[in-house]
Parts: sequence; C-alpha cells; structure tokens
Amino acid sequence: MIGVSAGGLKALTALIPALPKDFPLAIIIVQHRKHETDDYLVPYLNDLSEMSVTAATIGAPLVAGFVYIAPSGYHLLVERDCTFSLSIDTRVNYSIPSIDVLFDSAAICYQEQLIGLILTGANHDGSLGLKNINLYRGLSLVQQPATAEYAAMPLAAIEASQIDHIIPLNDIANFLTTLVMSR
Amino acid sequence: MIKQLDLQHFEINQLLDAIYFRYGYDFRDYARASLERKILHRVNLSKLQNISEMSQKILHDPSFFNLFLKDMSVTVTEMFRDPYVFKKLEKTVFLQLKTYSRVNIWHVGCATGEEAYSMAILLHENDLLKHTRIYATDYNNHSLDIAKKGIYHQDKIAEYSQNYIHAGGKSKLSDYYTVQDQFVTFNPSLKEHITFANHNLMKDQVFAQMHLILCRNVLIYFNATLQNRVLKLFTESLVHRGFLVLGDKESLEFNNEKESFENIAKKERIYQHKANL
Ligand SMILES: C[S@@+](CC[C@H](N)C(=O)[O-])C[C@H]1O[C@@H](n2cnc3c(N)ncnc32)[C@H](O)[C@@H]1O
Repeated sequence: MIGVSAGGLKALTALIPALPKDFPLAIIIVQHRKHETDDYLVPYLNDLSEMSVTAATIGAPLVAGFVYIAPSGYHLLVERDCTFSLSIDTRVNYSIPSIDVLFDSAAICYQEQLIGLILTGANHDGSLGLKNINLYRGLSLVQQPATAEYAAMPLAAIEASQIDHIIPLNDIANFLTTLVMSR
Repeated sequence: MIKQLDLQHFEINQLLDAIYFRYGYDFRDYARASLERKILHRVNLSKLQNISEMSQKILHDPSFFNLFLKDMSVTVTEMFRDPYVFKKLEKTVFLQLKTYSRVNIWHVGCATGEEAYSMAILLHENDLLKHTRIYATDYNNHSLDIAKKGIYHQDKIAEYSQNYIHAGGKSKLSDYYTVQDQFVTFNPSLKEHITFANHNLMKDQVFAQMHLILCRNVLIYFNATLQNRVLKLFTESLVHRGFLVLGDKESLEFNNEKESFENIAKKERIYQHKANL
C-alpha cells in the first residue's frame, strides 16, 4: 500500500516503472488529487510501467502483479475477504480518498503480510494508518524526507510511530524488489 | 493480534444483531469495512471501552441509536454530481419520457435533496416538469428534513453553477433560487413536483410505477445480498422499458438482475429495463 500526496506524480513516476513485471504482490496507491485529473493517472503510469496499472473497482479482488489506483472522490477500502470497496464519506485529513482509511482497512485484512509506504506530501494523512499497520505487525516504510518534494507527510509518519525503514526515493524500488523476491 | 481481530469481528456481529433485534434496522448486509470504521469511530467519540459496551448502550438507549443512525447515513452529496450524466439523460432518456402523458421519477437515497432539485430544474427546461412527479426517498429523516426545506449554504453555489452549465443547463442556476443571509432557497415551483419521503431499502417495498429510477452512490454501501434485494425492487417498480441510473463507480456486473437490463450508456451508467419475456 502506498500513500502519496503533493509531489506524488514525480515520485510515482520514479518508483512504479522501476518495478519488474513479475513483482509478486498487489500494489495499491492512494494519490491525493483533484477530481478532474482522475482519468489521467492510470493510463499515464500504465504506459510507463512493466506492471499493469488499473483503477481499483468495487468488488474486485486484489491480484498480485497489478497496481491499483484509488479513484478520486471516494474512499478506497479493503474488505475482510480482500476485495475492494468504495465509500463517499466525510473527508479524513481533508482528503478523499484518504490514506488512513485505506491503510486501516487493509491492516485488518492483511495484518503482518502488509507493507505500508508513505511518500511525499504536504499534510499528515497516512500517519495513523501506518501506525496501525505497525500494530498488526506489518512492515512500515517511509520515503527519506530529504528526497521528498514535500517532506511534511513523511516527517509526520516518522513522528507518529516507530518506522521500520526510511529509504531515499531512488532506492525504494530496489529495496521492495529484493525484499519480496526473497520472501 | 489475530485473536483480537476475531474478537472485534465477533463483537461487531453482536452489535448488528442487537440493532436488528431492537430497532429492525438490518445493517448486517452493509459492506463491512466502512461500517467497521464508523463503529470504531463512534466507540472513540463516545469514549466507550469497546464495541460490546456500544451494544449495551444501543439496546437500552434509543437516543444513542439515533446518533449511530446519523453516523451511518452519509450526507455527502452535491447538485448535478457528474454533470455529464445529466447531459446524457437529457439527450436520451428525456426523449422517451416525452412520450408519456404522466411521468414518475424516483431518487433513491436522495440524502439532503440536491440531486432531486437538479433533476427538477432540467425537467423544467425540457418542458417535462409539469407532468412529472419526483419521489425522493432516504432512510435518514434528518437529511429528509433538510431536503424538504430546500435551503442550502451559499458557499457551494459557485461549484453547483459550474456543474449546472456542464450538465447542459439552458439559463442560469440563479434563476431557480433566492438568496438570503448566505443561504439560498430553491423555488417553490420546483418543490411542488417533489415528494420527499422516508423509505428504507433494507425492508420497504415498491410504492409506485416508475419511468426512471436514479440510485446513485447508495449500492456501494451494500453487500451482494442487499444489492440483489434492491435491484429486484427496481425491476418490480420500473415500467416496461423504464430507465435506471447508477453512480459513477457502480455497475450491475455482479448482480442477479444484470440480464434484465441493457446498458445504454456505459460511462454514464444508464440502464434500460428489457422487455419482459
Ligand atoms: C452518498 S449518499 C448519495 C446521495 C446522492 N444520490 C448522490 O449521489 O449524491 C448515500 C445515501 O444513501 C442513503 N442510504 C443508505 N442506506 C440506505 C437504506 N437502507 N435505505 C435508504 N437510503 C439509504 C444514505 O442515508 C445517504 O443519504
């Protein structure tokens, strides 16, 4: 699970295309953005990446090797049977979709198998969610603030809980690949 | 930790049973993840020890149940949400509606009413409103009270005006309301054609024959069982070749009634009931 906000397009462009086609996990991304730009992100990343990038849809199961992007204007959640659901609700941390909402629900479903990653951003969404992932013994990762276009969100996450690894942006793809290929 | 989660799951089931037993509201067929989030949020807000304590409170304190009901019924909506849907309706569905002498439209899960007023405006501009009755229903009385008044805060009007234009509005949104102290009140001439009423999709039945049903961003909260129930209601309620509109992220893909409908506008999620065989 990846949570990212301001400055996210650049960060995602550096990260997702660097992952191999046979990456053995599903990746889910919440990227805060304006509603109008919704149609753009999925095809843009898909064209650049070896993994298949697609919009998360209701009722669909999470499949390894796919990158799912939360649609704008809805919260994205993972049900206990590990399928997606959406809700229109009040904003959480001024955001819909909210990273906390996704992380909290995914932590319940995947527990210690879950990896949470916070990238660049100008608010503090995701901090509590990452804390929850920690609580259920998942792995917590944060982009090294010095390598973030906006450091506030990584800093807030580091402040909120004991993070397992803090990694420079350009090393994240490598770190993830090595980690999951050896699991 | 796994044990703890199982316990939480068990407690939630008990809570939902308690609510059903005591008040007849069946939340057991709601999508679980967002329900669980709301319950935990309520436990925190009301400073309860755990979900079991919430069950106790719900059983013995109707006002606490009302509070929970308010938590549950999301009231986030807007005028002309996804304007292109309204534009498409005008170009396709309205043509068929013009062939009827009287038209019934049902907004299911109308929340605070913005969607129903939007529809009334478009119908008016297409000379359809005068022989149309709009039924707008929700299970949340608090939202219905706001809807009936038709008074909204002015700070959203700029956005709504934009939506109105994108929806193909033919004049100005400001023609349809009066402004006073930061609030706008929609014209009584629109309201006259709308009946706001309580209707609970968990248990209530069909109440009239409809030519067009809009049920947008409501099914996302339900599991497959309740979605199937609701769609069955709609097929019973729709006239021969009647129309159904779903929300931007919803579809009939996994629904039992899928075969009864033809998807006539994919992006806009407009369906038409097939001829009964
Ligand atoms: C997100 S709002 C949708 C409002 C509007 N249709 C739109 O798309 O903007 C969802 C609405 O569904 C209503 N709802 C949820 N469960 C319901 C039920 N069992 N029966 C009737 N309405 C329900 C809620 O009260 C809420 O007003």
